[in-house]
Amino acid sequence: MPILTIRGLNKFWDTAHVVRDLELETREGEFIALLGPSGCGKSTTLRLIAGLEEASSGEILLDGRDIAALPSAKRGISMVFQSYALFPHLTVGENITFGLSVRGESRKVQAEKLARVAPLLGLQALLDRRPSQLSGGQQQRVALGRALIAESPICLLDEPLSNLDASLRAEMRNEIRSLQRRLGITMIFVTHDQTEAMSMADRVALLREGRIEQFDTPEMLYSRPASTFVARFIGAPAMNVIEAAVFDACGMNVPRSSLVGLRPEDLYPVERGLPGRVVQIEYFGADSILSVDLGVTQCAVRLQGRPSTEIGTTLHLGWDADAFHLFDAETGLRQDITVPQPKWTELQPA
Amino acid sequence: MKVSRNFIISMFLLFPAAVLLIAFTFYPTVATLIDSFFSTPRGRRPAAFVGLGNFERMAADPVFHRAFFNNLIYAAVTIPVSMGLALAMALLVNSRIKGRGFVRLAYFTPTILPMIAVANIWMFFYAPDYGLIDQFLGLFGLGGTNWLGQSGTALWALIAITIWKLAGFFMIFYLAALQQIPPSLLEAATLEGANYLQRLRRVVLPLLMPTTLFILINAVIEAFRLVDHVIALTRGGPNNSTQLLLHYIYQVAFNFWDTAYAAALSVVLLSILALIALIQFGFLDKRIHYR
Ligand SMILES: Nc1ncnc2c1ncn2[C@@H]1O[C@H](COP(=O)(O)OP(=O)(O)OP(=O)(O)O)[C@@H](O)[C@H]1O
Ligand SMILES: [Mg+2]
Repeated sequence: MPILTIRGLNKFWDTAHVVRDLELETREGEFIALLGPSGCGKSTTLRLIAGLEEASSGEILLDGRDIAALPSAKRGISMVFQSYALFPHLTVGENITFGLSVRGESRKVQAEKLARVAPLLGLQALLDRRPSQLSGGQQQRVALGRALIAESPICLLDEPLSNLDASLRAEMRNEIRSLQRRLGITMIFVTHDQTEAMSMADRVALLREGRIEQFDTPEMLYSRPASTFVARFIGAPAMNVIEAAVFDACGMNVPRSSLVGLRPEDLYPVERGLPGRVVQIEYFGADSILSVDLGVTQCAVRLQGRPSTEIGTTLHLGWDADAFHLFDAETGLRQDITVPQPKWTELQPA
Repeated sequence: MKVSRNFIISMFLLFPAAVLLIAFTFYPTVATLIDSFFSTPRGRRPAAFVGLGNFERMAADPVFHRAFFNNLIYAAVTIPVSMGLALAMALLVNSRIKGRGFVRLAYFTPTILPMIAVANIWMFFYAPDYGLIDQFLGLFGLGGTNWLGQSGTALWALIAITIWKLAGFFMIFYLAALQQIPPSLLEAATLEGANYLQRLRRVVLPLLMPTTLFILINAVIEAFRLVDHVIALTRGGPNNSTQLLLHYIYQVAFNFWDTAYAAALSVVLLSILALIALIQFGFLDKRIHYR
């Protein structure tokens, strides 16, 4: 049974339509990532759910009851802000119990709950400090503690890791995920970092200009992108999207109304395939990214280790049939038609 | 010993400020302190050392007592009321109300006016019978009150002017501080279930404390410093009912030319202010800065 259902959610800022007919459904205990480029309406969506902004239209159902008209305090939703929003004049302990205290819980209950939450986040030794005396990662934990102590069924996080450095971010990523699993809370997590979304989420909602482009598991987002936008957004480097005419060179007949998607990691050198001239080689240690000029466009190719190819030489590319994606050239949407694939002549080991 | 170039340059750069400070602050302070232990020189009679004589005289001086007591009332009312009003006005004009730009300007206007101009405006308000206040009260059959001319109301009339003038000034500081509070803090508090009053008491007011201290110090100084309107409107009268410390010092020094006694009075005023500043900075300051 879905715990949170969003139907036909819209938000206008004056005339700007920043959230458009958003539909979303999350199951209990799920970890959802809202992913998308800057300005696509991720934060706005989250703030609409939290009740910090008023929706222009639409329904938000939590456990079956419509919360769209309720004030944010009554929605039973907790939130971690990007800037953490810790109260500088309160200690760590007081910050975490702030909500319990304003809701009139007794000191005894506050202390009990604090004693339960603090160890989860390793904050026992820091409870009497003020936020200014904490590191970024510790502040992040306090913000998380404040969101968790209320035991709300849903916790929203707006780019919670963006203020941390790379190694701490990886650590907090694991910590948040394992905490979420252990406590069984539903989390909705905003990020513009695809690795974060792909590695943490059960399902990812990819937003574009206020619309959901695809809402699926990370595997499906990667292996069956619903549009060229998704194809280009997921993966580093992104999927190559190539005009149909290019494939005449390897004797394929691709419909002219289509675009072809091929991931750099799905391409490999063959003896006779799609020919292109190597124009650039970037070496990363475990793998290398080659830029190959196909005539009208360039495409990226990922190869293991350091390739023996030189810049300027011609490379023939091949791929497996299931790595070949087709998109409508007009709408950018995925097409499920099969195109006969050529038989690659394997490279003879030199 | 060779003096370094840097040293010479730094001395040279400090010189103008040092001259100004010494000539107009430190020297007068020390001179006043010294003068307070001497008698006033008159004609051929030079100043003679009188020890604590001036201070003993002060202890027995009913006008000084009156001025001191008046100043206490004046400070005790103007400081909290003007600060409270300033905060209330700042909260109001910081919220999303229609025409808040106009309201901000309106609240701030008294601050821009010179005190003498303010005094003249209020003279018209307070004038018996044809003044604004009496005309209004006249509608209800009240009126004929000489607000500035009778001992019972004169000090309160001045207090009202001071509050009117200072509240708008202090509001600007509160407004600036309010706009420094990150909106996400208030959103977080709201989400945690805090209502408006709880947000105010538990988040906004604590975060405004450094500003409150700053304003408090200013308010205390103003309460002892601001006497322009006394000079313009009442000259301490009637019957010393609006006599304030600084105005009394001014009268003693420049109307009666009793400079030694005025010096002694200045020393007392200075000590009071120093003591208050010491309490504020030494005690409160430590408790309200969170960063
Ligand atoms: N208070 C506001 N008034 C007017 N427009 C706004 C307001 N807040 C956001 N917008 C607009 O709404 C759009 C979506 O903003 P939003 O903050 O949701 O983006 P985002 O996806 O969170 O981006 P980012 O990754 O940069 O945080 C933007 O075009 C932004 O300019
Ligand atoms: Mg955002």
